[in-house]
Amino acid sequence: MESNQPSFYEEARRDGVSRKDFLKFCTTMAAFLGLESSGVTQIVEALKTKPRLPVIWFHFQECTCCSESFIKASHPIVANIVLDKISLDYQETLMAASGYQAEEAYKLVMKNNPGEYIVMVEGSIPTENEAYCCIGGRSALQILEEAVENCKAVVAWGNCASAGCVQAASPNPTGAQPVHKVISGKPVINVQGCPPIADVMAGVVVHLLTFDRIPQLDALGRPKAFYSRRVHDTCYRRANFDAGLFVESFDDEGAKRGYCLYKMGCKGPVTYNSCGIIKWNDGVSYPIQSGHPCIGCSEAGFWDNGPFYQHLPDVKGFGIETTADKIGLGLGIATAVGIAGHAIVTNIRKHHEIENIESTVSETNKE
Amino acid sequence: MKSRSIPLREVYVWEMPVRIYHWVNALCVVALCITGFVIGDAPAIAKSTEAYFNYWFGTVRFIHFVFAFLFFFNFIFRTYWGFAGNEFARWNNFIPLKRGQWKEIVDVIKVDILQVTNKRIGSIGHNSLASFIYFLTFLIFLLQCLTGFGMYSAMSSAFLPKMFAWIVPFMGGDIMVRQVHHILMWGFILFSIVHVYLVFYHDYIERRGITSSMIGGWKFIEEDVIKRHNDKTENRPQL
Repeated sequence: MESNQPSFYEEARRDGVSRKDFLKFCTTMAAFLGLESSGVTQIVEALKTKPRLPVIWFHFQECTCCSESFIKASHPIVANIVLDKISLDYQETLMAASGYQAEEAYKLVMKNNPGEYIVMVEGSIPTENEAYCCIGGRSALQILEEAVENCKAVVAWGNCASAGCVQAASPNPTGAQPVHKVISGKPVINVQGCPPIADVMAGVVVHLLTFDRIPQLDALGRPKAFYSRRVHDTCYRRANFDAGLFVESFDDEGAKRGYCLYKMGCKGPVTYNSCGIIKWNDGVSYPIQSGHPCIGCSEAGFWDNGPFYQHLPDVKGFGIETTADKIGLGLGIATAVGIAGHAIVTNIRKHHEIENIESTVSETNKE
Repeated sequence: MKSRSIPLREVYVWEMPVRIYHWVNALCVVALCITGFVIGDAPAIAKSTEAYFNYWFGTVRFIHFVFAFLFFFNFIFRTYWGFAGNEFARWNNFIPLKRGQWKEIVDVIKVDILQVTNKRIGSIGHNSLASFIYFLTFLIFLLQCLTGFGMYSAMSSAFLPKMFAWIVPFMGGDIMVRQVHHILMWGFILFSIVHVYLVFYHDYIERRGITSSMIGGWKFIEEDVIKRHNDKTENRPQL
């Protein structure tokens, strides 16, 4: 790593952040990452001494809501530095350079920090026809493959890069694929959400810098510190769920009383995220607290498992809005009709067996 | 008075463990379907009150989980009994590997379902078609346990549910696991309807005491069927 690169702390001080605020930030991060108190010292040390992470930040098929989220972090030290200073490295939306200079900056990061730089990706990669997403005359896939070759790790920001999000929703016209499906051989951290929570994003960057390794991931590649529990199991409305107190419509008394949004299609019971704990916008609120059911934005395929306001997903191939219950009921009725028919036919065709006159017994025995 | 006299022999078909398994399983399926329905589509019972005073939905879920464990261990036991039980309970009844079993499946379809021919089916335990359907239900049992405990694993630190945690990433997430669990429940309901009807049907047509056989274990089997059975199994203990 280059030693002439300033550390996060130096950059933050230069930007006018007080030491007190810096320490507050480190403590918050340690808490989010679930570290013990000695972890705070480690974070402080790392942010003071280690040079800023060299980062290449790509925007492929996406809406930039992950970047938007990142700059809204409650303690925007990391976000500010990563995003402000990243213009020195490469970030299509924010960098000052364009054209030749931009390409040059990006190549320089790869050249100067082999095996050290982090590739951060927002957006999915088209594979049906690579021409759907091209930058500087090259396709997203080509760019990514080249950048990933000598990187340390890949951070997939948001649902697009982690699971394809809306671009990969049926019928997926561009053949959009998440990062982990198109590259191999490098660790990929799926920071899920649409967008991910800002403090979660900062936490992942701090972890990478402090411990020099990727955080512990679940089986879907998401950092366990933030994605090991369901929104439902950490929801402040959970007591209403267990009590069987549900909002039946958005304007009923239950909604005013803050009952559970389960019957409004809340996907909290099937969604793993930290919304219930870290919340959004400096801990102000999160969708359920604002009276709206969770749409499951940190789960793969959440667009296809809709509608958002219905708990049971639609079953494809049976027309519009057909749930498993409707199909099941239909099959149940069909079975009942079939049974009635079979019972009638039995009474006609099996008349001999039913009456079973003694003389017919010997007849059947002969067969 | 209507009566008939035919040579019959009482055969002990279903041993006590099989019968206990059957009724525990029936109880579990009924309890799990009812509580499952309530969990999936919660009725608005409590209203205009505070969460502090209620816990009925939590109780329904608790009942569902208790019966799920019972169902699971009962299923494990039946699998074991497929290797330890008598010839009618053995695993090889359920998987049609022999030509004779496939022939009987065709016969049962002709005789009992389409009713195009009249012939006595010579099986003493389950007929081959019934056995094969039970095998398919065992697969549904397995999938239901996998998906159910898979969903349960995230809120438990116990060893057993943790063993099923892999199913969630395998299926891509909780949404799909839940959907599959819900669809398979309908498989249980449809099976139960047909199962109960066919028990009625067989008792009505054959009068071998099929219904009470799951209570006492004994069936009335025609002597000629017993003879055919003994001819086929010469090297095994005779009935």
